[in-house]
Amino acid sequence: MPEAISLDAVDRAIIGQLQGGFPICPHPYAVAAAGLGISQEDLLARLQRLLEARVLTRFGPLFQVERMGGVFLLAAMHVPPTRWSEVVDLVNSFPEVAHNYQRESAQQCAFNMWFVLAGESAAAVAATIRRIEEASGLPVCAFPKLQEFFVDMRLPVRV
Amino acid sequence: MRAPAAAEANSSLDAVDRALVIATQGGLPLVPQPYERLAEALGYSAEEVMRRLQSLLERGIIRRIGVVPNHYAIGYTANGMSVWDVPDEQIDEFGGKVGALDFVTHCYQRPRRLPDWPYNLFAMVHGSSRGEVLAKVAIIANLLGSACRAHDVLFSTRILKKTGLRIGGSD
Repeated sequence: MPEAISLDAVDRAIIGQLQGGFPICPHPYAVAAAGLGISQEDLLARLQRLLEARVLTRFGPLFQVERMGGVFLLAAMHVPPTRWSEVVDLVNSFPEVAHNYQRESAQQCAFNMWFVLAGESAAAVAATIRRIEEASGLPVCAFPKLQEFFVDMRLPVRV
Repeated sequence: MRAPAAAEANSSLDAVDRALVIATQGGLPLVPQPYERLAEALGYSAEEVMRRLQSLLERGIIRRIGVVPNHYAIGYTANGMSVWDVPDEQIDEFGGKVGALDFVTHCYQRPRRLPDWPYNLFAMVHGSSRGEVLAKVAIIANLLGSACRAHDVLFSTRILKKTGLRIGGSD
């Protein structure tokens, strides 16, 4: 999935400085563009291009689903290699599956597929887990958050 | 800091807020007046849309508004979920210390799943190479010392999906 498009200094500034704080005002792109020293048209065109190239996965509000009564839940499965692509398609077909990663470890850990479910209630997420288990015939192991010590996904651009 | 195990329905979202979440969860319109555009689509005034978004931001329902980069594309090709088995009595102390490291992007306590999974502390570490991630993981191992009974690092080998929240059931 990593896309090889080259980023110039302005793209890097957009990605580095616009990970939060996009203004809520009548002409927010004009305000954000002025902060970056570029025109509104340039900012819009660059955002479009970065989204199309999948350098950005989204542009917009990032929701904290727990604050609206909802749930984010990490879950894992051990998927046999012979059934891998079929189970990927099945799990990804659920809109509640917000992210899904294939993972491996040097110690051959028990789980090779890790995904995050986002739902409007704990019951909705639990129901999705049951549907994945029924449709795949494989157990899904849930890892609910017991305590959050730190979260900040903003990272400086390295390329 | 404690994350409540949220079990109740979406009590804090009224119908207008919920419509706004559904309209923006895929992204903001890339037009000069995006809130005006949303307002037209939803049948509210632009002032109402902006006031509501500001309130969602203040209530923490919106964490932030901006770009969400693909970590691979901005140079973080190694993404390691480090997992640790530490005594439950010391989880607050260790969770706080590990979460405070500047290279850890999230840090949570999660349940063990014995016998397969003895780990109760999760810390995500991003880097440009597995070597860099492992060097950072070694810093965590050093910090935990002998209190840590076992650990592992799970590297992502493929992003299979990354869309974020989708509620409303009508994509």
